[in-house]
Amino acid sequence: MTRALPVLPVLVPLATAIACLALHAFPRARRAASVGGAVLLLLAAAALLRHVDAAEFAVLQVGAWPAPFGISLVADRFAAILVLLTGVTGLAVAVYSLGSIDGVREAHGYHTLFHVLLAGVCMAFLTGDLFNLYVAFEVMLMASFVLLALGGERAQLEGAVKYVTLNLLSSGFFLVAVGTLYGVAGTLNMADLARTLESGVAPGLSTTLACLLLVAFGIKAAVFPLFFWLPASYHTPPVAVSAVFAGLLTKVGVYALVRAFTLIFRAEPEFTDALILGIAVFTMVTGVLGAAAQFEFRRVLSFHIVSQIGYMVLGLGLATPLALAGTVFYLMHHIVVKTNLFLVAGLVKWLGGTLALESLGGIYKRRPALALLFLVPAFSLAGIPPLSGFWGKLVLVKAGLDAGQYLVTAIALAVSLLTLYSMTKLWNEAFWKEPPAPGPREDQPLPWTLLGPVVALAAITVAVGLAAGPVFDLASRAGAQLSDPARYVEAVLGPGAAR
Amino acid sequence: MTALLAVVIGILYGAGLYLVMRRSIVKLVLGLGLLTHAANLLIFTMGRVSRDGAPIVPPGAAELTAPYSDPVPQALVLTAIVISFGVQAFLLVLVKLAHRATGTDDLDALRSTDQ
Repeated sequence: MTRALPVLPVLVPLATAIACLALHAFPRARRAASVGGAVLLLLAAAALLRHVDAAEFAVLQVGAWPAPFGISLVADRFAAILVLLTGVTGLAVAVYSLGSIDGVREAHGYHTLFHVLLAGVCMAFLTGDLFNLYVAFEVMLMASFVLLALGGERAQLEGAVKYVTLNLLSSGFFLVAVGTLYGVAGTLNMADLARTLESGVAPGLSTTLACLLLVAFGIKAAVFPLFFWLPASYHTPPVAVSAVFAGLLTKVGVYALVRAFTLIFRAEPEFTDALILGIAVFTMVTGVLGAAAQFEFRRVLSFHIVSQIGYMVLGLGLATPLALAGTVFYLMHHIVVKTNLFLVAGLVKWLGGTLALESLGGIYKRRPALALLFLVPAFSLAGIPPLSGFWGKLVLVKAGLDAGQYLVTAIALAVSLLTLYSMTKLWNEAFWKEPPAPGPREDQPLPWTLLGPVVALAAITVAVGLAAGPVFDLASRAGAQLSDPARYVEAVLGPGAAR
Repeated sequence: MTALLAVVIGILYGAGLYLVMRRSIVKLVLGLGLLTHAANLLIFTMGRVSRDGAPIVPPGAAELTAPYSDPVPQALVLTAIVISFGVQAFLLVLVKLAHRATGTDDLDALRSTDQ
């Protein structure tokens, strides 16, 4: 059973997707299967993290083909943490979907696609093979394409055209880089690649390929200057869909960047790290400035995804063990908070009937508890102590000062002030000011399917903030693992493989 | 043969990029298709193009006799072709739906989600 742990987070959502497809004629059973599958995924992910945290690595050679000839599934602490967060987000959004996805979308396979998406995300986190990562990306993208366009509203289709085009270009770059890398190194197993490139095969070409992958993963992660597809599409689908996109999809890009630049490409770290650091700064600044100019709830949040991606990439660019721990912690904080903010946007839309800020208002007066539920993730995003975002930023700032990057650190702090400005704007417009017209559902109680996930995610945010010590210890164990790629190579290829 | 394929790949990339940068949504789809073909051919070429170089161990021998073609890139290309087939099919339907919803094939007119 322990040996099968790395494959369970892929198999469980796939089986759930098949079950949802088989239950096509039974809507109630299909919804139950969807939530049940999400619960199972969360349990499998928790078991995996528990095992990996003690044993450092869980490796499964699929079909018992020895590495590097077969496909390896590898869970280190970083991957296991992200799989657990996928489980948390998946369950929250699966429950939220029950109350917010209409019958037509459900009948056209919403639940099936949702679980295929989760399977793709988990596979991307767990695979130890670069071509398999490409396949995982495509699985995830196909599901996300259809989820984005499902329903066929005009805005959705316009957003989908941009999203699909940019993501296909990115896949094309990725494929070329994978093919050429195989031509150079003769392997696509990530551990074997790390070992081969370390020994100095074609140093110039390998840096070129690293930059090609930086572009491919950069588009997926929505870093500067490749992020324009994100704010053009993330606010168009139903709230549940944008919440799971916001929480997970760009983070798969960040994961791929971290994996590629901590494990595979360490030939010219001065060059790539400086490049990544520069990208991080511009991503933070352009994202937060873009958000300041927006007046639609979900578009403000979309630009903030971009800005927050900058913080995660910042840790990768600094590349010290502490900075990598900061990146891991920031990912843990961000996935929960960002999903929650989009879900809160859904509650606001349910009450007010719109997400255009000028038509909203007065929620604080009528629903003070809901306003508080917005403040928890919003303050956490801006980095107010003692919520989770404060600790994430603290670690990154400390790592930046330790590395002597004073200017970069100062910019990161200024960006966090501007984040607070945007959150204040959302608060003033949607919650504080007098509404221009009363919303359509002033007196109805919020359904528990919508409220439950928001409360649960807010509770996680508070808990991570209050128990920051143990959570940070876990993140720093993951960061230590990331800064020691030789251990990863030995775990996959056998002892002594890393010389 | 490899040199010829390199030129073909270059032309495919050039044509694909040109089409992607046009304003017509149909040309966008065709351009993305050409870019995928270019990527697939590039990987195929990586596996060494040669006649009579099947990677089969001859009877009685312990290992392959050089020169032989590497089968892995061909397996990769097969996977990539299948994936790109699915993506292209989806893209055509998406473009048709978008055209029906917006009444235009001009990408510059698809701006309503940018404000």
